Amino acid sequence: MGTIALNSGLERTAFFYQSVVGKKVVMAVTGCVLSLFVLGHMLGNLQVYQGAEKLNHYAALLQGLGGGLWVVRLVLLACAGLHVLSAYQLWRLKLDARPTPYIKKATVATTYAARTMIWSGPIVLAFIIYHLLHFTTGQAHPDFRHGDVYHNVIAGFSSPAASLFYIAANILLAFHLYHGVWSMFQTVGVNHPRYTPWLKRLSKAYAWVIGIGNVSIPLAVLTGIVK
Amino acid sequence: MKIILNIWRQKNSSSPGKMVRYELDKVNEHMSFLEMLDVLNEDLARKGEDPVAFEHDCREGICGCCGFMVNGIAHGPERSTTVCQLHMRHFRDGDELWLEPFRAKAFPVIKDLVVDRSAFDRVIAAGGYISINTGSAPEANSIPVERQRADRAMDAAACIGCGACVAACPNASASLFVSAKIAHLGLLPQGEPERDRRAVRMVLKMTEEGFGYCTNTGECEAICPKGVKIENIARMHRDFTRAVALYREASKAAGAH
Repeated sequence: MGTIALNSGLERTAFFYQSVVGKKVVMAVTGCVLSLFVLGHMLGNLQVYQGAEKLNHYAALLQGLGGGLWVVRLVLLACAGLHVLSAYQLWRLKLDARPTPYIKKATVATTYAARTMIWSGPIVLAFIIYHLLHFTTGQAHPDFRHGDVYHNVIAGFSSPAASLFYIAANILLAFHLYHGVWSMFQTVGVNHPRYTPWLKRLSKAYAWVIGIGNVSIPLAVLTGIVK
Repeated sequence: MKIILNIWRQKNSSSPGKMVRYELDKVNEHMSFLEMLDVLNEDLARKGEDPVAFEHDCREGICGCCGFMVNGIAHGPERSTTVCQLHMRHFRDGDELWLEPFRAKAFPVIKDLVVDRSAFDRVIAAGGYISINTGSAPEANSIPVERQRADRAMDAAACIGCGACVAACPNASASLFVSAKIAHLGLLPQGEPERDRRAVRMVLKMTEEGFGYCTNTGECEAICPKGVKIENIARMHRDFTRAVALYREASKAAGAH
């Protein structure tokens, strides 16, 4: 590498992160962790269809993890933080890279999902903060009962405004994953003409599964299917 | 046929530019896009006006000189085509077209549709080469190259350095151009020894020159006149990450202080 001296692990990490490639790799790796969490979170939540006892038992199980739960929470928080930080820094770089915009610009290949990552991201972030205040700590919930997750879900989603926000945010999350899941493979260097079409299909399927699964819960409460 | 042109006119790099409207009545469908601009420029010269500046050299789609935006698409609406190879038969009588220079901080406008792409040269100078002694050509079969690798290297080497990828990218990223060179050289036995160093130095220079980053939209691949694939960008990310992670200090036995 000639003129570049990387004497310690810290210097090496800083050097990596300073490049446009390093920031993207951080975004991809943290995105991968967050996407897997979203899938697990959805699968857990779908137990709402199996009744109060089952869902509350699952919640108690998670609470029973004690210290382990906090390790998971801290890892997720760190990933979300790095994901947002790199997104913000890259967004600033984008503004710098083309100071004079085009008068006319057409897109040939970019999907709607890819074009709106910078919007779906912050809205989903705002939603996550609300979601934590709503169902985890209860400050944004009209009738929060600790430990009675089933009751909290039914009571929370009985408000059409809250439910609509959940539905809208989860549709945006699905869009985010539609581009993001494939994108993280490409960013960490996985691209092969034989497998990339399948990775793109996986990305679409992932987005549909998460979108439908998550949107179904507030919809089921609103329509009275789950009560 | 009649064509209405809105062209970005800018006197020099320090003056502001604006769109100017021109109407051309006698455009022949067999003309290339640049020949149409030649006709416009002859008209302007006759009237004593400043002709529209645009870059061109070979006019057969292989030199990488030409390129500007036609209706917001680098090199215009036809795929796998440079603007010099774009013919007027792809447009209709009465069409209104917007012509703008490639826009990126790293590509400052020099005049009208001409931009300074020397940032590309500096990225190449940072590592886009093979350090061997030059001389008479070596015997062609002295270094065996696997057929598949040779093909992939050739596909990447097809890049003509026109800069359309930067122009089309929503982030003004040069990733397709830089990765094409990293893949082209890295895939060949002559380029493999400097693979790590090349990836690090070129990515660093690309960042320094003010190009953006890749968001995997695929816009560059879609408009590339030579069909260079974003598979190369994945390879660049892989090479760069690997090089930084596995970097070692120079060994003392080899003369490091």
